[in-house]
Amino acid sequence: MMLTDLTIAQAQAGLRAKTFSAEELALAHLHAIETLNPRLNAYITVNHARAMDQARAADAALAAGQGRALTGIPLAIKDLFCTEGVRTTAGSKMLEPFVPPYESTVTAQLLRDGAVFLGKANLDEFAMGSSNMTSAFGPVENPWKRLQNADAVLVPGGSSGGSAAAVAARIAMGATGTDTGGSIRQPASFCGIAGIKPTYGRCSRWGVVAFASSLDQPGPLARTVEDCAILLESMSGYDPKDSTSANLPVPDFQAACRRGVKGLRIGVPREYRIDGMPGEIEALWRQGMDWLRDAGAEIVDVSLPHTKYGLPTYYIVAPAECSSNLARYDGVRFGLRADGGDLRDLYERTRAAGFGAEVRRRILIGTYVLSAGYYDAYYLRAQKVRALLLKDFTDVFTQVDALLVPTAPSAAFAQGENMDDPIKMYLNDAFTIPASMAGVPGMSVPAGLDADGLPLGLQIIGKPFDEETVFAVAAEIERSAGIVALPSVRAGA
Amino acid sequence: MAYTLEGSTGLWEVVVGLEVHAQIVSNAKLFSGAATAFGAEPNAQVSFIDAGFPGMLPVINSECVRQAVRAGLGLNARINPVSRFDRKNYFYADLPQGYQISQYEHPIVGAGQIEIELADGSTRQIGVTRLHLEQDAGKSLHDQHPTKTFIDLNRAGVALMEIVSEPDIRSPEEAGAYVRKLRSILRYLGACDGNMEEGSLRADVNVSVRKHGEPYRTRCEVKNVNSIRFVMQAVEAEALRQIEVWEAGGTVQQETRLYDSHRGETRSMRSKEDAHDYRYFPDPDLLPLVLDEAWIESLRAELPELPDAKKARLIAEHGLSPYDASVLVAEQSTAMFYETVAKGRDPKLAANWVTGDFFAALNRTGRTVEDSPVSARDLGGLLDLIADKTINGRIAKDVFEAMVETGRDPASIVEEKGLRQVVDTSAIEAAVQKVLDANAANVAQYKAGATKLMGFFVGQTMKAMGGKGNPALINETLQRLLS
Amino acid sequence: MALDPTTVRRIATLARIRVEDNEIATLQGELNGILGWIEQLNEVDVEGIAPLTGAAAMAMAMRDDVVTDGGYPEQILANAPDRNGAFYAVPKVVE
Ligand SMILES: [Mg+2]
Ligand SMILES: [Zn+2]
Repeated sequence: MMLTDLTIAQAQAGLRAKTFSAEELALAHLHAIETLNPRLNAYITVNHARAMDQARAADAALAAGQGRALTGIPLAIKDLFCTEGVRTTAGSKMLEPFVPPYESTVTAQLLRDGAVFLGKANLDEFAMGSSNMTSAFGPVENPWKRLQNADAVLVPGGSSGGSAAAVAARIAMGATGTDTGGSIRQPASFCGIAGIKPTYGRCSRWGVVAFASSLDQPGPLARTVEDCAILLESMSGYDPKDSTSANLPVPDFQAACRRGVKGLRIGVPREYRIDGMPGEIEALWRQGMDWLRDAGAEIVDVSLPHTKYGLPTYYIVAPAECSSNLARYDGVRFGLRADGGDLRDLYERTRAAGFGAEVRRRILIGTYVLSAGYYDAYYLRAQKVRALLLKDFTDVFTQVDALLVPTAPSAAFAQGENMDDPIKMYLNDAFTIPASMAGVPGMSVPAGLDADGLPLGLQIIGKPFDEETVFAVAAEIERSAGIVALPSVRAGA
Repeated sequence: MAYTLEGSTGLWEVVVGLEVHAQIVSNAKLFSGAATAFGAEPNAQVSFIDAGFPGMLPVINSECVRQAVRAGLGLNARINPVSRFDRKNYFYADLPQGYQISQYEHPIVGAGQIEIELADGSTRQIGVTRLHLEQDAGKSLHDQHPTKTFIDLNRAGVALMEIVSEPDIRSPEEAGAYVRKLRSILRYLGACDGNMEEGSLRADVNVSVRKHGEPYRTRCEVKNVNSIRFVMQAVEAEALRQIEVWEAGGTVQQETRLYDSHRGETRSMRSKEDAHDYRYFPDPDLLPLVLDEAWIESLRAELPELPDAKKARLIAEHGLSPYDASVLVAEQSTAMFYETVAKGRDPKLAANWVTGDFFAALNRTGRTVEDSPVSARDLGGLLDLIADKTINGRIAKDVFEAMVETGRDPASIVEEKGLRQVVDTSAIEAAVQKVLDANAANVAQYKAGATKLMGFFVGQTMKAMGGKGNPALINETLQRLLS
Repeated sequence: MALDPTTVRRIATLARIRVEDNEIATLQGELNGILGWIEQLNEVDVEGIAPLTGAAAMAMAMRDDVVTDGGYPEQILANAPDRNGAFYAVPKVVE
């Protein structure tokens, strides 16, 4: 077995047993990156020297018996997390020259636990997109290929597309992502890996470039549910620097993966059965219910009546917040500056040159829905519908312990598909957005392949701060599915 | 008689509402741990949060919340147990985040009121609409370079209370009295140092004019006026400008203006021209600010005595005139000085000395109560010397002047200069007899009915005694020997 | 509430994003498409519903009034596209 094929749990064991060194593990990944990244474009920045320094430090720590949870584990960091002394672009031309003088809380915690950062993963610009096509640093290729027409370049999903592709292609053991409306779960589903958006407030947002503050939530992507649990334990925890961070203890997520589902009540919301959903996804969903029933769970028909309004609500709330969050990119203190005759001109040229089309579109929508005379009709109404979306979940969680739904309405599509109309692209997130609006945890786990041989994910949605049940259910599906298929483009292949 | 301005079409009434921005006294900023001290090197008191760096998040400073609540209590206002922070979005070079965190829909403090006193002794209640917490912006320096504006973010993020009045103010005098009173209350509370030169207190002056009995007309906002005198001048200048516009058949446009104190006129602020659509919305980085009722009540219980209450007490308990009382309570430092002097002494005498000789000495020496050459303890000591008849009131004036000059205590000055008054009756009688002997003609006139000559005999005796005679004893002796 | 070209320009100005004349029509079409689609929210009965700003259901924690940050002007200025000494510099603003 190649070092790059190991799971994080396996690598931890191997490092502790001195079967291989952290340096060897890092090198294996860095070499694979050299080979594959020119094609996949999963990394915007690769930190060869820094990663090797961290790996050597990990070996020293292991030798001294001071290994921690992630000592020597090579990770990809979504380029939305500010990393001290390492350029952080948010996938935008606007931040192309930006080198943060600080480390985000989440990455600082990963470093505290010994992780090795291979580099900064590609993403949709400012995390706005579902295909990674909006990155100013070029699209990312999904390592999976269709059985027929294997030449088609598929998208990895987004916005954490580089993270998902890197993990799937085995050029990172795990990765950080952020999820605002599905940006961890949908790319995890498209790339055949696991990914969890924890409860809003579980992971600190401090040092993560903001897209929509009331929705943004960091989380891990990895090849197994257990690996996600290991990473999330390190990433989680109260941060007094983030006013929305929850002051709660971090549970043993890894242990939760072994709990099983016996006696759990799993809700299946009828509103997720939408017109035009591919039969394969519908069938996989039923398969998931059967697996859970066979493992001792009870499947319950439930209703989340406002589900269909999640998406349009999101496309008011997220742009509104982003129009304000991105006002700081004005060419004065950091990042790109385009010269202008006067200050106003400087602002307008800087922001026109620095932001791509999708970001500009969302800023304009957000500016409009907050502007005088339109606030009540759009933003205020959206906030009220958001309250109803939360109430849907609150009500349903009095009846069930978790929900099972598909992650996305399709498998990965090809670059160029769905690109003609923004709304078509937005529909990708229809199944992930309701949990985002309610702030509840959601995890995508690979559950099967479609007729083209592409991975499909199922999503488990849990109660607030009950990621443990989410992990338990996801691990059960993972065991039942027993997927052995691998992406065509991967280290060593 | 109400204040009016005369135009070519008749009399105009002035309508003024004030938005006062008061910097909260705190070590650190409202949402960051950077320092707030005045006068630091440029950008030295700036955190990445204040500079709007990517991924930076605000966390609120408890002391700023505490002071805002205390200020609200001091304005007799309703404290809202749940308030919220909103973003006010606009682009400006010294606004790093592209928005100001403020409180728009749900401020921490609701309606209250302030009583102002006018020169004619009358008082008026001015409504306070609200008090909210917000961040200050940075500072733009436009005059350091021929083609560039320089930005210093030291002020960016400093905690402000914005105190908004109702449009209840009707004259420049009332506007001045309002700011003075508000500043006094905030200083009593220690919530704001009130230093207008350093920008700790600034007023946005909203002015409109109307004919008697009309509804409100369009107002203009004169921004950032930084002295009470300029507030009063700006009200008049802007009102006169608007009257001219209306009377020329024009329409006053709602806009933001600046007061140019050199020219004594207001002018339009071009840079704020299109900033009217602020797109306020709740700041998603912050949660609702929830205050515990018991905590609010504990702050109420610990409030210091505020100027109005102190004034009422000085009138009721010290028997001071309303005028003297309001002069003494206007500044907390003055009130404290007076109360130290008056403690255990004749309060009226203390008030006379503080508002009389003491204020005159401060004026003459260009000092303030805080750095006064005469301490309250020493002035009190001087009053004690008068009360126990060590010196008389006449000599006390000289002693006081010596205290101002040397900063020394009154007792040692009296001893050193030998100024103790003479209370020895035989010595006084000898001096009186000498004066009567030397002025036989006057004595005759007095006895013939010219009783007003008594003052002359007192003066002559005092003079002969080098001013140190006890006036009461001199009087008594004269009465006896002349009868 | 369909956007006209004037409104598109006004929004772009508020957002400080330069939009060339030849981009207006495309933008107008895209924005109207999105806004039209969003209008399905008008079907929802929101009578009496309190608006929800965020998903974090707790009261806000507060910091102590202690100076813990700042004092690093060089780092504050290090990423600046233009500076003069310890100041950020922008084209001259006329007040
Ligand atoms: Mg104002
Ligand atoms: Zn203000």
